Amino acid sequence: MKALNMKKSTLLIAFVLLVTSVVQAQVKKGDVLIKNATVITITNGTLENTDVLIRDGKIDKIGKSIKTPRGVEEVDATGKFVMPGILDAHSHIAGTSINEGTSQVTAEVTMEDVVNPMDVSIYRALAGGVTSIHLMHGSANVIGGQNETLKLRYGSTNPDDLRFEGAPRTIKFALGENPTRGGRARGIQPQSRMGVEAMLRNSFSEALVYKKKWDAYRKDKSSKKVAPEYNLRMETLVDILEGEILVHCHSYRADEIYMLLKVFSDFGIEKLTFQHANEAYKVAPELAEFGAGASVFADWWAYKLEVYYSTAYNAAILTKNGVNTSINSDSGELIRHLFHEAAKTQKYGQLSDNEALALITINPAKQLGIDHRVGSIEEGKDGDIAIFEGHPLSTYAIPVMTFVDGVKYFDRDNDVKDQRIYIDPESTIETVQIFDAHSQHRCMEDAEVVNFYDLFNNK
Amino acid sequence: MKKFLSIVFVLTFIPLLTFGQIGQDVVRKARGAKFALTNAKIYTVTNGVIENGTIVINNGIIEAVGANINIPSDAEVINYNGQEIYPGMIDSGTQLGLSEIGSIAEAKDFREFGNITPQMQALTAVNPNSVAIPVTRVSGVTTALTMPSGGLLPGTAATINLFGYTPDQMFAGSKGIVMNFPSSANRGWRRRSPEELKKAQEKALETLNDTWDKAELYAKIQNTPEARYYPEMEALAKVVNGELNLYIEVDAAKDILAAIDWVKDRGYEKVVFTGVSEGWRVADEIAKAGIPVITGPVQSIPTRQSDAYDSAYRNPGVMQKAGVKVAIRSNDTENSRNLPYHAGFAAAYGMGREEALKAITINAAEIMGVGDQIGSIEVGKKANLFIATGDPFETATQIVDVFIDGYQVPMTSRHIELYEEFLNRTPGLNKHKAITDGQ
Repeated sequence: MKALNMKKSTLLIAFVLLVTSVVQAQVKKGDVLIKNATVITITNGTLENTDVLIRDGKIDKIGKSIKTPRGVEEVDATGKFVMPGILDAHSHIAGTSINEGTSQVTAEVTMEDVVNPMDVSIYRALAGGVTSIHLMHGSANVIGGQNETLKLRYGSTNPDDLRFEGAPRTIKFALGENPTRGGRARGIQPQSRMGVEAMLRNSFSEALVYKKKWDAYRKDKSSKKVAPEYNLRMETLVDILEGEILVHCHSYRADEIYMLLKVFSDFGIEKLTFQHANEAYKVAPELAEFGAGASVFADWWAYKLEVYYSTAYNAAILTKNGVNTSINSDSGELIRHLFHEAAKTQKYGQLSDNEALALITINPAKQLGIDHRVGSIEEGKDGDIAIFEGHPLSTYAIPVMTFVDGVKYFDRDNDVKDQRIYIDPESTIETVQIFDAHSQHRCMEDAEVVNFYDLFNNK
Repeated sequence: MKKFLSIVFVLTFIPLLTFGQIGQDVVRKARGAKFALTNAKIYTVTNGVIENGTIVINNGIIEAVGANINIPSDAEVINYNGQEIYPGMIDSGTQLGLSEIGSIAEAKDFREFGNITPQMQALTAVNPNSVAIPVTRVSGVTTALTMPSGGLLPGTAATINLFGYTPDQMFAGSKGIVMNFPSSANRGWRRRSPEELKKAQEKALETLNDTWDKAELYAKIQNTPEARYYPEMEALAKVVNGELNLYIEVDAAKDILAAIDWVKDRGYEKVVFTGVSEGWRVADEIAKAGIPVITGPVQSIPTRQSDAYDSAYRNPGVMQKAGVKVAIRSNDTENSRNLPYHAGFAAAYGMGREEALKAITINAAEIMGVGDQIGSIEVGKKANLFIATGDPFETATQIVDVFIDGYQVPMTSRHIELYEEFLNRTPGLNKHKAITDGQ
């Protein structure tokens, strides 16, 4: 009898586990009809007095006076602006660690393993109309770890629920001061921009040798063949060479950007976006010819030498030269008002409304390889939507609702102040944390070779 | 008259354009003259809005403002065709001139060795040729409070106008001692336990009180033969005597309350709280104490994980509505130009546009003790103002002209010059082709 019970309970546990894993893999999808809004589609103009119907997480219909299907929630958006959910192509929120700094090449590690779904910054980003982020590895090494594209489905404690299912793999590279400072601190290569190039060429050349060995092994019909050593780092580099992983490269100066274009041309790698890229404007024609993208700050500069010769007109120059450009945050603060950051391109370069908003929607979607799913309001795309009181490019604009897959994750009218999912049971007093502008810059955090605090806190 | 002027302009400046240039670069200089700015919508800040107004500037001073002004015959007339004129924006918390490149120690001069160095003069270290200065002023920010930082009493801050070739040419007439109130909060990513913080705070408070006790004593004897040379105490005595402002940087709610008590105990007259991130929690207490506040950055994340996402946006408005006199700062250096957007966010989240505009003009000026000279468009005040295509809080608005101390400053900066050079780069992709095409 006891044995039987035991068996039963084991079965029950197994069943519960099975069910929960199935449930967790199935993220919530919503239905909603947003009525009578000014709909900024990005790809198909701005439509007045228009409804957007989302069914089962997808945009089902865009049009006038759509009848409300039974059981679908209606949102009256009269006088409000509806735009695609904002995408941040460079973020470090929701990451429990940022840098694996133990080697100058760490292609084998991935941010997928360090997603923290309980970071309250996720909610704060949603409150700024953001629906997806590119959670990036840091910039301490030349070839860093793989990044993870997330949807901000806040509320779940399961990291997998936040994954942007089907998004292409991406990886972080880094040029310039950050990796060379690491090299100097440890007495290894690279300590100069020459060394950075050498390290890139060495890495890809080794990957080609590795690939050749495996190709030969796979072709070999002999029954006595011996497999070469498996190396996840090399596997990842081969995947880059074969175009399966998009490269997002931390960079600032024009010369290093140009260097990487040449290295990638030589190795036949095409899918490339430069991150930060403060001097990309200097080589805009070369970037356009290569087809590389740039994901930049609206106006950050002068916090280190390699951004001293920056211009806030960077995004405008790139856009007008035909480079696919996005504006990112790299910050838990800026991410909350990317619409405002994008609007700065109207001050610096007088971009049109649509050009400015494309910088935080369809353009980053292209850079992340998810533009068939998000980045514009089109029938068939994901129901990732932000609603604003006031035009999103106005300084007075206030995001009021944010939907991911048709599910409402932010509603200003029903905003609960304390959004923590996890509260440390050991802490009796909540700490007060004062951040300076650049404290939110996490690119070099945890890079053991440098003291992040000293680096960005004017010490 | 206008025609005559334009002929004069052509005759005097064309030769300069052709001969006074180095290569293709024309050096653009500021111009001081008697100006009449006409046909503008003037936001005086202190006396409402004047439609189709005129401002006459003479000798750096606003000589006349109004709708029906006689334009002096010797004034250079600039017709702004309905564009808007505002008093120059004042950023009451920056390190402009003191920091050129954030990560390079050699390029930063805002922190001296030691914990108590109130005699260190920010004005001395202001680099009038800092690249960030033109970058800031072409956005309409004409004046800044530039502050030393670090330690307990890092030095003496100075108000500067963002035009001039020596610190003295830039000095806008106000100084103040900076003090960091011992804090119970963590700064940046540094995490210290509540016990560590408490210990450090108590120790800092003890040091601070010893120092001020000494300063009060010194203030009593400083004019007697017994007083020895003691520059730290000489500086602090100016606060004790009510000559200088004391800027107390304080953020956490309970620290603000402690600082209010501290100020009451000490009885110093000219005290300003700066930072004040959690002011919204204790706004009534600050108002009751009658201490003015310089707060910001407004675009900032909440100080506690449990706080509402917009608590920093709402902070200035909550304090202002409670009756606190509020100025808004960027607390930035190279991006002090974002001051109008910090004010804009405060406006959107409860403060309203009019009060937010005051927070970066007249309130800032009055708090720094120079409200009689700058901060609004009034006869007799310094001609610090800018002309915009519309509401300066909106990012699409262009700033078309800036006057500082009566000088029309060139509307250029390194950011603009790089834009002009690289928008359509020559040569483009093909250098050889560019030459043959004569581009």
